[in-house]
Amino acid sequence: MSSSNENTTSSSGSEQSDSRNDTLDFIEKLSDVPMGKLPPHIDFQRTRVDCKADAPIHTDTFQYSGAYASMGVDNSLLDSFSSNFRVEVIRLEKDEMEFDMIGIDPAIANAFRRILIAEVPTMAIERVLIANNTSVIQDEVLSHRLGLIPIKADPRLFEFTENNAANEKNTIVFGLKVRCEKQGKRKGPKREGQEQDGQTRITVKSKDLVWLPNGSNFALESEGSSSNSSSKPKTYTSFTCSQDSLPEFSSNPVGPTDGDITIARLGPGQEIELEALAVKGIGKTHAKWSPVAPAWYRMLPEVIILKDIEDELAEKLVATCPVKVFDIEDIGNGKKRATVARPRKCTLCRECIREGKGWEDSLSLRRVKDHFIFTIESTGVLPPEVLFTEAVKILQDKCERAITDLC
Amino acid sequence: MDPQQPAEPVYYICGDCGMEIPLKPNDVIQCRECGYRILYKKRTRRIVQYEAR
Repeated sequence: MSSSNENTTSSSGSEQSDSRNDTLDFIEKLSDVPMGKLPPHIDFQRTRVDCKADAPIHTDTFQYSGAYASMGVDNSLLDSFSSNFRVEVIRLEKDEMEFDMIGIDPAIANAFRRILIAEVPTMAIERVLIANNTSVIQDEVLSHRLGLIPIKADPRLFEFTENNAANEKNTIVFGLKVRCEKQGKRKGPKREGQEQDGQTRITVKSKDLVWLPNGSNFALESEGSSSNSSSKPKTYTSFTCSQDSLPEFSSNPVGPTDGDITIARLGPGQEIELEALAVKGIGKTHAKWSPVAPAWYRMLPEVIILKDIEDELAEKLVATCPVKVFDIEDIGNGKKRATVARPRKCTLCRECIREGKGWEDSLSLRRVKDHFIFTIESTGVLPPEVLFTEAVKILQDKCERAITDLC
Repeated sequence: MDPQQPAEPVYYICGDCGMEIPLKPNDVIQCRECGYRILYKKRTRRIVQYEAR
């Protein structure tokens, strides 16, 4: 409206042209970006998650093959994957293993985790035939407890059950018959010191489950007394041969992975008699078939000291970290400096960068996006390394199925 | 059931001491151990099927 307004606009215009010149100068001074290689800050965004005090940044992954095409960088997965992918086993025990998967997309690492939890088949008790149960634990609860017991039997030797038809190729039968006997006559008045009544209590453990390689011994009711003239009464399973005659099982009898899993407690006079039928299944149907307890991964932590942290601050830093990532080194003249000794232990609690901007500027907590520390804890049904190879096979099958669907 | 044959004893459980007491028809309903007069039937051995879930 007025001249003053015109003044301001003109002055701001000159400022804009100044800043534009500055930018041009800056760009002209820049050294050439080498083609075929990402500039360091872009590469940092691509390969690292940077964890700030409030939240992590650069968390997304770049999957599109042409994401860096303008810089002459090929971001396609397959070439780099086949040349860079590697697995390093850190720890391998009977039921647990830790290994590093390096150079893999998080989607694929997660696929392995999900397959391990939900799709690697195992054997688990599915049907329970209860002949007698006078214990205080109800039939339904007892059956559920039995179902959760991990069964040590190689699931690859069995088939999936179809329409509840139980035969020696798809079912394992366990018998359980426990009775807590009364110890002679009752002494003293009732309801006083039931624990000191001279009676014993029995804890039923998973080791009491007896493998019945010949199948069920319980006769089907409909076939009861009428057709007993023939050789054997019909039972709940139709085994054509004994399972322990098969070479796979004769050397390695099946049973629960652990013998001391409590199933029930029996008081005097109580008894349990049942048969449990274990079948093959996957964790997707019910968690009792899940072979891992559990399988999980985390990205490799990377702790970088950007500015030297010395003396009291260094000591404070070492004391702050709950997992002891940092150490102190002597740099002479009685001075001390903080070093990163065990970055792999970092849990990303961010305690070290919580106390103000100074700490955040001198420390950088990062995660390597394509490096996964994978831990598999097996329930004992199969060794963890076998579980992982099974998971790989399942993913392979899925890919092949997807390819045939497309053709 | 054949009425001529002697009846099989049926076992009951004493409500007081928990003993198993065989009873035949026309027996006195009483525990032989403690004299308690409330007896319980035992669970049948009929097989029940459960899904372990």
